[in-house]
Amino acid sequence: MDTTKVAKTNATTAATAKKPNRAGAVAGWADERLGLATAMKKNLRKVFPDHWSFMLGEIALWSFVVLLLTGVFLTLWFTPSMGEVQYNGSYDQLRGIHMSEAYASSLRLSFDVRGGLLMRQMHHWAAMLFVASMMVHLLRVWFTGAYRKPRELNWVIGCLLLILGTLEGFTGYSLPDDLLSGTGIRAADGFVKATPVVGSYMSFFMFGGEFPGESIIPRLYTVHVLLIPGLLLALIAAHMLLLVYHKHTQWPGPGRTEQNVVGFPMLPVYAAKAGGFFFMVFGVTALMGALFTINPVWKYGPYDPSKVTAGSQPDWYMGWPDGALRIMPGLETHIWGITISWNVMLPILILPVVMFTILLLLPFIDAWITGDKRDHHLLERPRNAPTRTALMVALMTMYGLFWIAGGNDIIAIKLHASINQITYFLRVAVFVGPVIAFVVTRRWCISLQRKDNETLLHGYETGIIMRSAEGGYSERHLPLPESRAYAIAARDRDPVIDGHPGAEVDANGVPAPTGGRLAALRHRLRTVWYADNVQKPTPAELEEGHHHAEHEHELQAPVEGHAADGHQFDGHHAVEDEHLRSH
Amino acid sequence: MSESHDNQHAHELTNVPDPAVVNDLYADPGLPEHQWRPTDVDAHAEKRAERQVATLFGLSAICTILFLVSYFAFDIGDDPDVVGGFGASNLFLGLSLAGALLFLGSGIIQWARKLMADHEIVEYRHPAASSDDDREATLAALNAGLEESGIGRRPLVRNSLLGAVGLLGLPAVVALRDLGPTPSQVEKNADYPGAGLEHTLWAKGVRVVRDVVGTPIRPGDVEIGDLFNAEPETLFNGGEDGEPLEGLALQVGKSKGAVVMIRMAPEEIIPGEGRENWSVDGIVCYSKICTHVGCPISLNERKTHHLLCPCHQSTFDLADSGRVIFGPAARALPQLPLAVDEEGYLIAQSDFTEPVGPSFWERG
Repeated sequence: MDTTKVAKTNATTAATAKKPNRAGAVAGWADERLGLATAMKKNLRKVFPDHWSFMLGEIALWSFVVLLLTGVFLTLWFTPSMGEVQYNGSYDQLRGIHMSEAYASSLRLSFDVRGGLLMRQMHHWAAMLFVASMMVHLLRVWFTGAYRKPRELNWVIGCLLLILGTLEGFTGYSLPDDLLSGTGIRAADGFVKATPVVGSYMSFFMFGGEFPGESIIPRLYTVHVLLIPGLLLALIAAHMLLLVYHKHTQWPGPGRTEQNVVGFPMLPVYAAKAGGFFFMVFGVTALMGALFTINPVWKYGPYDPSKVTAGSQPDWYMGWPDGALRIMPGLETHIWGITISWNVMLPILILPVVMFTILLLLPFIDAWITGDKRDHHLLERPRNAPTRTALMVALMTMYGLFWIAGGNDIIAIKLHASINQITYFLRVAVFVGPVIAFVVTRRWCISLQRKDNETLLHGYETGIIMRSAEGGYSERHLPLPESRAYAIAARDRDPVIDGHPGAEVDANGVPAPTGGRLAALRHRLRTVWYADNVQKPTPAELEEGHHHAEHEHELQAPVEGHAADGHQFDGHHAVEDEHLRSH
Repeated sequence: MSESHDNQHAHELTNVPDPAVVNDLYADPGLPEHQWRPTDVDAHAEKRAERQVATLFGLSAICTILFLVSYFAFDIGDDPDVVGGFGASNLFLGLSLAGALLFLGSGIIQWARKLMADHEIVEYRHPAASSDDDREATLAALNAGLEESGIGRRPLVRNSLLGAVGLLGLPAVVALRDLGPTPSQVEKNADYPGAGLEHTLWAKGVRVVRDVVGTPIRPGDVEIGDLFNAEPETLFNGGEDGEPLEGLALQVGKSKGAVVMIRMAPEEIIPGEGRENWSVDGIVCYSKICTHVGCPISLNERKTHHLLCPCHQSTFDLADSGRVIFGPAARALPQLPLAVDEEGYLIAQSDFTEPVGPSFWERG
């Protein structure tokens, strides 16, 4: 029944008179109480540009939702207590064994609650997916320059999400109180004790006395289900709000400029695609939970401080600091009755903080070096910012080498190599590898820039070899389609750097840096930042290139319109009745 | 669009072209023409897509029902149903849930791709910053507010406020003090034996017993090359009325008292200074807790008497006072001085002579 026609309101006009459908009626009801129409007017049809790489952050978002849903299920049965009980559940091998309530309830979830194992495994897989997709999303944002003004703060929020997600993962896999996770907490106790001055006090406060105490599992539980998820939720909300406010970045192309954003409207297409994608992520997690065992805590047994399993390793995202810890030489200072454990402090307490600080500051370091204060909404191809790309590849290489170090025992066993030699190699490689990666990536990017210029000036290679009347051979080049050429050329020219900052000259005619040492450093860094980059052609060069190409076309004119004129695959003309000649 | 910025490039440090990304090589060809999809122009294709979407939704519903059936159909617990080596309940619950979600998701996405309007829309961007007018108005309001509060004019009020609020941070920190006792409080007050960073359950005369079973060991029981995981007998008889320790006392006791014991030919041992009489017939005993970050060490290399920590691969030489020969650990494993009691069982001469486990600041 259409109730809108009889709707009476006390307002001067009937608010729903123009919305005869039911959705409109509901919206009208809500608006009279919440006034949402003004805010929603633009946002319902907000435009989101399309590109596969924009989906990576979405995976992180949806896996977080899966974590919330499965996590709530787990809390209904999990008992965060270190009280000692005798296990009497279904798992035969452990029946009669004394263990903590936390471990016993994890076993109960796995063997005596229908769907409990599925939810446990989905929760763990979703956590893996969450951290992994955040990392890949971060790389995408860096490599395309999407972190630049005005989005630096969203980069910072994203980094905070990454570190909180990592901590959330650590606290989560520590909860079941099995042998493996207990060993992780034991190592964490060692890390805390290595803190200068207050280390042993911090350890005793954390554990409520001596390790392992009876407090750490309930405390980690509060952190895992309340504190960090609350922060994650708030930061994710801020991340999304800023995304909506800034509007999404887009790739340059025909019709896509710094001033606009082109794509599908949120309602209905984007909402449907994103909503559908949530179910896909959820479904894939369920598939993994059904088919792939993860963290089989029943195989490890309850935590026993006198036992350990061979090949003890943390979850993969904790692997890199663990690797740093493994390859650090055993340095300790004993002086004035105190002990300074460099062997633990440097790789575990200092290195991650330094690395994270660098990550957090990257956009600001970039902006400081380049001096770029403009807004950027068009993405850059990684090759067009060689130093930026190389910098992240260097960091990735360092991360990867540390990560490999975290599995040095596994590698030694699988490859029948000496663990000592692997360790010595990695001690050097974590410093040398990033430098090599930086240089190689930078040169690679510059070569790709050169290739782009070649293509703009002389067209693309058709793979068709022409023989001239004189018997000379040449490959036929054809101009790029207009839209492609436009997209490639839609990039900045790098600023030209003068020989010296400020162009001031002192009494002896030697350039004198103005602005002090910091400005000089900045100038040097900026020179390095842009050094050797290849700029896109100038209009004059392009003109000349096209002229040259036209000349070549004239020479090749006799074959134009014939089979094998090189246009078979670029859509310049129909090819239905043409067949490549075969000899 | 074709404006050149070369003249600006000549400047130093501040000269980046403005606005960002100017294409001076090609005129913008504009958005490509909209391509009609088969479902837009062909009624049959449209109907087919509609049926596909509805089929996917239908499959999703079937999977949901399968989930409900699986929930009740398959046994878990003591005697679970097994299919292909998997627990049937987990497998079918997971697969049917995955099916329900994936079919639903792909149905919605198919709907969006084939049937929803696919016209791209252009929206104009606005600078993230507010307009100058708004900024001025806000600044004025801010200044007016600050001015009216008088916070600038009354430093006494301002400073005492800052002081009072700053002080409020202290309770937040101090109130956490009772998270745990300090190391020295534990050493003095704990109600379990061997409490504190400097102590373990070991003491003069405590028998070395096999772990898990708790039986005492005679030197003759140990063959050359054998590695024993051992524990202080106190774990098995240190409770009230000679009961085994339980709960916290047990876990703390194990976390510091676990030892490894190995027998080698006496001439292989290089005894440390003052440790000449710490071994019995070539049997030496060390703390099992790694001096790096505290993992229990377990991997023995029989021929070389090297003991490797599985966590971070620190390697210790048991023939040479537990010296570190590889890896990130910085200190030798603490050695437990051994003796034999009148019944012929291995006992400790004393507690460890140094704290076991990872380093800490005041360790010395």
